[in-house]
Amino acid sequence: METTIDVTGLRKRFGSTVALDGMTFAVRPGQVTGFVGPNGAGKSTTMRVVLGLDAADSGTALIGGRPYRNLRHPLREVGALLDASALHPGRSGRSHLLWLAHSQGLTGRRVDEVIVQAGMQSAARRRAGEYSLGMRQRLGLAAAMLGDPPVLMLDEPFNGLDPEGIVWMRGYLRGLAAQGRAVLVSSHLMSELEDTADHLVVVGRGRVVKDASVADLLAAAAGGRVRLGTTARTEAMTVLARAGATVAAVDRDTLIVNGLPAARVVTLMNESGVPFSEVSGHRATLEEAYMELTRDAVEYRAADAPAAQAPEATR
Amino acid sequence: MTATVTPYTSSQPAGRVSFGTMLHAEWTKFRTVRGWVIGMAAALLATILLSLVSAAGSHRSVQAAPGSPPGRGTGIASAPVGPDGEPVNDQFAFLHRTLTGDGSITVRVTALAGSVFGPDGPPPGPDTGAPEPWAKAGIIVKSGTTQGSAYAAVLVTGSHGVRMQDNYLGDTAGLTGRVSSDAPRWLRLVRSGATLTGYDSVDGTHWTRIGTAHLTGLPSTVEAGMFVASPPHSAFRQTFGGESGETLPSRATGTFDSIDVRGQWSGSTWTGDVVGSDRENQGVDRFQTTGTGFTVTGNGDIAPIAVNSESSVERTLIGTFAGLTVVVVLGVLFITAEYRRGMIRTTLAASPRRGRVLLAKAAVIGPLTFVVGLVAELVSLVAAKPIMTHNGFTLNPIGVATEVRLIVGSAALLAVAAVLAMALGAVIRRGAVAVAAVIVVIVLPYIFGTAAVLPAAPAAWLLRLTPAAAFAIQQSSPAYHQVISDYTPAQGYYPLAPWAGFAVLCGYAVVLLGLAMALLRRRDA
Repeated sequence: METTIDVTGLRKRFGSTVALDGMTFAVRPGQVTGFVGPNGAGKSTTMRVVLGLDAADSGTALIGGRPYRNLRHPLREVGALLDASALHPGRSGRSHLLWLAHSQGLTGRRVDEVIVQAGMQSAARRRAGEYSLGMRQRLGLAAAMLGDPPVLMLDEPFNGLDPEGIVWMRGYLRGLAAQGRAVLVSSHLMSELEDTADHLVVVGRGRVVKDASVADLLAAAAGGRVRLGTTARTEAMTVLARAGATVAAVDRDTLIVNGLPAARVVTLMNESGVPFSEVSGHRATLEEAYMELTRDAVEYRAADAPAAQAPEATR
Repeated sequence: MTATVTPYTSSQPAGRVSFGTMLHAEWTKFRTVRGWVIGMAAALLATILLSLVSAAGSHRSVQAAPGSPPGRGTGIASAPVGPDGEPVNDQFAFLHRTLTGDGSITVRVTALAGSVFGPDGPPPGPDTGAPEPWAKAGIIVKSGTTQGSAYAAVLVTGSHGVRMQDNYLGDTAGLTGRVSSDAPRWLRLVRSGATLTGYDSVDGTHWTRIGTAHLTGLPSTVEAGMFVASPPHSAFRQTFGGESGETLPSRATGTFDSIDVRGQWSGSTWTGDVVGSDRENQGVDRFQTTGTGFTVTGNGDIAPIAVNSESSVERTLIGTFAGLTVVVVLGVLFITAEYRRGMIRTTLAASPRRGRVLLAKAAVIGPLTFVVGLVAELVSLVAAKPIMTHNGFTLNPIGVATEVRLIVGSAALLAVAAVLAMALGAVIRRGAVAVAAVIVVIVLPYIFGTAAVLPAAPAAWLLRLTPAAAFAIQQSSPAYHQVISDYTPAQGYYPLAPWAGFAVLCGYAVVLLGLAMALLRRRDA
């Protein structure tokens, strides 16, 4: 059986708050899967359930077909970075890795290997309390790599990294996937996953909103939209609206046309004698695709919030 | 796309994650936090320093007058020592003859009366009042009249019936009830070599064997006869804020008749002597002949001395309490530090068998504290003893076995307390609250229990019911049921036996560890 993460129908409540509401997805080996959604969408809770740290009310979370708690040498099968700041500030980074290695029957030599891999040789023997967030992320990544696991699960690994660090992290994650590992990376910012993720699991309000490859997602987001460059914006909008299209103005001489193919737009412009400089298919960004997918969830949350808080306040 | 991917396989050896690896991990965790290592060293130093400072700061300049009655404020400096090495009282009126070889003595006791000395000295006239509960009148075979020498005796007491006693510590009950002319008591002591057998009877015809004593090294020629002793009248009270007590000399008179001796006894007349000092006994003839026997009047006692806190060897281990305060904080932090930063999740992800995580932690903090405690207690005892001796204290000689129990027991107390603290930390999960809780359950009961600020009864209950009961492991001298004294925690006497008190602490630790394991399994991390 392929070593992957399989999450099926996870539900969990914290008091009256629904954290997970039927979360279902699978992570495949050999690619980076982005786990994206707004804060509070259930990403971290899902990861904690996968690691057996939190118990789900229902549903299953399996690693290579087995619950995490049944793994014989867990860090050899799954490497996880949940919270880079979960360190004792008085212990050096190397010592932190050392106790973790000892817990798996590994030695100090393996610790030194992952320190080099994570590029933190210079800081390894300093107290972790003095680390920047970026250095803590590198330490967390080194800890996840201790067992050289086929499955990696990283919660917001880009947090706190400088631009150079972000580039390094992207390359590192792509390299891990290229080795055939399953890599699940969560983020609340889609832009961080641009050029990194092959596959996206977009979540909102505790459930999966979209589970698709990045290529499919971009195509869907671009779906049927046409970019029109024209100096006669008002006339163009009138003509297109009469033909049944939805038109949005992007800037002074650019319109985005929805609902008409590019050829029909060109015909309409010519027939009406409206001047135009450019007609092209629109290229969506991942960010746009994401905003579209999660808008509902975000809006719903915003509208829902006062009602949910009211009983708390009067209690 | 998926078809082309070859899943990755870990390059790392598939060593089994076991309790041993968890233990290794927890040990690495402890030793790599410098603050905790320093904390352990601080526990060691705090224990030794407090013990030494306490020893150096105490002075005793007033020695108890030789032969003064036992009880409060009496040192054991001038006390004779019994055959088993413990300090004893050996002071009584003795009407005796010499017995060579085997033989026996039989008497009838028809009365035992007593009186307590007032502030102006002994009361006039013969004793007519109730005797002290442990006033004694009976027959005795003793290797000589030297104080502390071996003996066996059968005697009537003020309110504890007939007893057979030997070598100060041995005490076996015979007939019950108070002696009087209507209910006389017949007593018999039979010597055969070094073996003495005691009997009692209500009628001089039907005899019951009470017990047998073997007096090692008893010479062929011994002193034997009738004796009377009466320990001081003592009353102790411990109330809020302090102790009070009074000890007054007392006197008792026993009436003997129907005296019958068998075997090779010297001469035919009884010699009256006072063994030990008997200064308060003026105004009454000690030995008087009645028509058919004698009355003997005496005071003092033939019994072990209940050592007060001033002479207790465990005073050299007073620093245990300082070490305890440090190790419970370390025990709590060992787990709550993980909760504080969320590192517990890393720990549990590495070791999904959660109960074992706590066991591994206990197996690190416990033995580590034990070793540190062993060094601290050993150094405290060895270094503080000469300081106290130099400062005028005479410490109760307690033998190697008891000293080992004090040192090992105190170290074990620290170790189990550290485990208890860790378990409490795992239940509460917040360091400050858990430290406060552990101080409340173990340190405060010890202070309130032993510092004589509470009445004696609640103080004793604190030291029965709370984990502080374990300090009983430091009690060096036993409480003697046949000696009335101030057996309070303030005087170093605990309500539970040493290992029973220690078991109370262990019980708490086990229950809390079980609770912590159950909660850790059930809770989300």
